[in-house]
Amino acid sequence: MADGVLGHLPPSALELAYLVAAIFFIQGLRDMTHPRTATRGNLISSGGMFLAVLATVLYFEILSPVLLAASLLVGGAVGAWLAVSVETTEMPQLVGLFNGFGGGASTLVAGAELVDAVDPATTASLGLELTTTAAIAGIVGTVTFFGSLVAAGKLHGLVGDSPIQGRTNQVMQALFFAAAVLAGLFLIVQSGLLGEAPVAEWLPAYWALVAAAAIFGILLVYPIGGADMPVVIALLNSMSGLAAATTGFVLDNTALIVAGTLVGAAGLILTFIMCDSMNRSLTNVLFGSMAEGGDEDMEDIYEGNITETSPEEVEMMLDAAERVVIVPGYGMAVAQAQHAVAELADLLEETGVDVEFGIHPVAGRMPGHMNALLAEADVDYEQMRELESVNPTFSQTDVVIVTGANDVVNPSAKEDEGSPIAGMPVLEVWDARSVIVNKRSLSPGFSGIPNPLFAKDNTSMLFGDAKQSMQDLVDAYNENH
Amino acid sequence: MSLVTNLTLFVLAAFLGYEIITKIPTNLHTPLMSGANAISGITLLGSVLVAGSGETMLATVLGVLAVVMATINVVGGYLVSHFMLSQFNRGGR
Repeated sequence: MADGVLGHLPPSALELAYLVAAIFFIQGLRDMTHPRTATRGNLISSGGMFLAVLATVLYFEILSPVLLAASLLVGGAVGAWLAVSVETTEMPQLVGLFNGFGGGASTLVAGAELVDAVDPATTASLGLELTTTAAIAGIVGTVTFFGSLVAAGKLHGLVGDSPIQGRTNQVMQALFFAAAVLAGLFLIVQSGLLGEAPVAEWLPAYWALVAAAAIFGILLVYPIGGADMPVVIALLNSMSGLAAATTGFVLDNTALIVAGTLVGAAGLILTFIMCDSMNRSLTNVLFGSMAEGGDEDMEDIYEGNITETSPEEVEMMLDAAERVVIVPGYGMAVAQAQHAVAELADLLEETGVDVEFGIHPVAGRMPGHMNALLAEADVDYEQMRELESVNPTFSQTDVVIVTGANDVVNPSAKEDEGSPIAGMPVLEVWDARSVIVNKRSLSPGFSGIPNPLFAKDNTSMLFGDAKQSMQDLVDAYNENH
Repeated sequence: MSLVTNLTLFVLAAFLGYEIITKIPTNLHTPLMSGANAISGITLLGSVLVAGSGETMLATVLGVLAVVMATINVVGGYLVSHFMLSQFNRGGR
């Protein structure tokens, strides 16, 4: 098949090109460890991809170059258009969607390889390796594709994002997963081991596998609530890499194996970081449900203990402050308040106040969501502090502004062992001299439990939409300076 | 290439990935994810092969679809990361 422009070269030439591409990917990821080198790393990584594709096209004979060029152009144009036209606030669903496409492509490639590998005239065995890896790639890729579509739909508001709990769904998930595995086993035994059945008889098994895996993927992600999306997005990211790696086994292609596995590992680590940040296991996020709320009544906690404040009062507190920490949550993303928040931070900095951002790992809908939004609003990354490093500083902080966050600042996680979120690492904002909580109402967050922070003596509530409230604070601050 | 060689690559790449990714700060998790996502579009190589050299009509059609999806993944993923990272640099002064 090696009849391309450079097809006269030995196969090791192609392998060497893939090795160089792999080095580019690895160096690209290594450069991601610091914001200063990250842009370069991304370019290096894309260079590796270009090299790998170019080498492949030149080495192998392309029977239909026009068709190939056209499909590359269409894909490239759609990808570029999506990347350019999508707002930062829609980034989680876009990243989710891209994940899905990678997984879907892997499924199709594994299927096409099966179709091509068979000679209709004979019933020769396809070999255990090909059928096994194709079955795995088919399942992983399809679950990634359909799971990602549902996740993106949820993030875009097309599919309801409240968690659904129940046994029925778990039974259905198990059934369809088992069906996908059975179809895979059939494929392996019929065509891989026995090699008895002609193509028409076993190929439908692959498509049955794809259909069952598709339903499993939908059922897997559909019941998961919006606040657990960081875990889901990271997991789907990992799976898109694993799908590519298994497709690499199908095609016996080292570039796919190395690159796919790197991504699989990266996504899996992110997944576990997200789970740890919620003190929940992956199984619990995917199949479990949050424990039922404690017996505390919301009214008992809040009644008579809520202090309401106004932008003017907050402005006075900020005026006297030397150190301010801003804690953003998903509410900031929803209200697109990041620019107003950044403006407030800039104003405070200009008057000599030390301003930092305390960011919880699972704040928002994808890993690093808050950081990406604040970066868009020109916030210095040195100001964005992680949970472990910002927590000890709250006792020396004059004012904490919580905007659009709830569960990640809930003291119940530390103080109430019976709470559903007990043990979850939280931002201990209550150690600060005063806490301003900007929220639309006292309604509970994703966990569905009340937040005793709102009733603390040093907490005042600034009710309102995050963007409007932050803008009001900016205006109040400007009036007096 | 034998299955064992491929498995060796798989295992080594997994450990390497683990070592690199644990060093990446939370700040960069979103661009990391979309960048890594673009890398997973490496499946484009396989798509190109089946689309360009598919021996049957069915394989070619599947291949063309795969090329389109994988290219969206690759181009979109790298571009989104690039835009996000340039914002980090701007903010990073």
